[in-house]
Amino acid sequence: MADEIALLSTWPSMFGMRVRVALAEKGLKYEYREEDLRNKSPLLLLMNPVHKKIPVLIHNGKPISESMIIVEYIDEVWNHKSPLLPTDPFQRAQARFWADYVDKKLYDIGKKIIWSTKEEEQETGKKEFLECLKLLEGELGDNPYFGGQNFGFVDVSLVTFSCWFHTFESYGNFSIETECPKLVAWTKRCLEKESVSSSLADPHKIHDFASGVRKRFAIE
Amino acid sequence: MGEEVKLFRTWSSSFALRIVWALKIKGIEYETVFEDLSNKSPLLLQYNPVHKKVPILVHNGKPIAESFVILEYIDETWKQAPLLLEDPYERAKARFWAKFGDDKVLTSVWNVFIKQGKEQEEALVAATENLKFLEEEMKGKKFFGGERIGYVDLALGFLANLISIFEEIIGLKIVDEEKFPSLYSWMQDFAEAPIIRDNWPPRDKMIVKFQALLDATIASSSSSSK
Repeated sequence: MADEIALLSTWPSMFGMRVRVALAEKGLKYEYREEDLRNKSPLLLLMNPVHKKIPVLIHNGKPISESMIIVEYIDEVWNHKSPLLPTDPFQRAQARFWADYVDKKLYDIGKKIIWSTKEEEQETGKKEFLECLKLLEGELGDNPYFGGQNFGFVDVSLVTFSCWFHTFESYGNFSIETECPKLVAWTKRCLEKESVSSSLADPHKIHDFASGVRKRFAIE
Repeated sequence: MGEEVKLFRTWSSSFALRIVWALKIKGIEYETVFEDLSNKSPLLLQYNPVHKKVPILVHNGKPIAESFVILEYIDETWKQAPLLLEDPYERAKARFWAKFGDDKVLTSVWNVFIKQGKEQEEALVAATENLKFLEEEMKGKKFFGGERIGYVDLALGFLANLISIFEEIIGLKIVDEEKFPSLYSWMQDFAEAPIIRDNWPPRDKMIVKFQALLDATIASSSSSSK
């Protein structure tokens, strides 16, 4: 019996992109549905009544929400190919820890850089953002990926932010490559993978999108 | 083979309680190291340099931080009395509810406790909405894990204690037995389960601690509004 997989998401969402990367890593076919968050579909409200957010994965009619929970689900169900988490419990704990760190920190700090109207808040955001990236860069070390020799769970959690880097740099007026060259090298390495390049949005389109949102909220 | 298991915690941390319960449910011997967060030990800073928080589990010298990460590590390392089910969909649901507990329920319940006036009213509305979802999820079950205490029970369990402490201090009902019959009875069943019951932090100390926190918050907000 063929698996029925659907993904509800929005094209600029770095969280939705994580799921796309995971599905592509496993070579899975799925139906993609673009949501309009200002006019949420009945399906989205039915499948994620608690948060009413994307991404939502629907597998044979059963919904799963929260991007890294979805990624872990995908890894567990389709465990015969491209494992994202290692087998050793301590290494798995490290991977979960760092994915959790990315979740707790990057999105909220990044928001200050792009959406804030106060210069001081923006400057703080920039400083904190770079601190986080440098910490992650340290964790990467000399490995090709956060997963070691193989692209893994933490790589999925972080790489989707990279298509937003140009937008952070533009509004924050800084260069991530100058500050974190190893991390940017890692993003380029990841983009060589078909699963990543086919899942990430174009950075310039992201910038146009952010610009449009800022105009709508009269930030510009 | 000698297993060395240490748990760094504070006497009152709800997050650390999750780990205490998990270790006891699995019958794992461990040593407790109590931390004073106003004077963090060099070991704490060494074991959790990123967040500098507790709880931290140290297993044979290797540290793991973040309570949900620790719970999953414990479940994967010691297979007896499993906390998570085998089925991936059930596991995804468990992780979802645990995260909901921390992100939404705890935040809204805390706001009911710490805020005043209109802000408190709004917080109560939000908390009620969140608790309704838990009530739905709880229906027809003794524990979130089914017949046995499981991952979600450990994740949400601190509520069984903390909510009643908050209610006593502020004189406001957050989990009303009539509005939330399933959740209310879960809170009783969970709090009374032998391993859980024997490990609550002293109630009188908790009341003193949270009353002091509330008093300090009210004092600082009234002085800043001058």
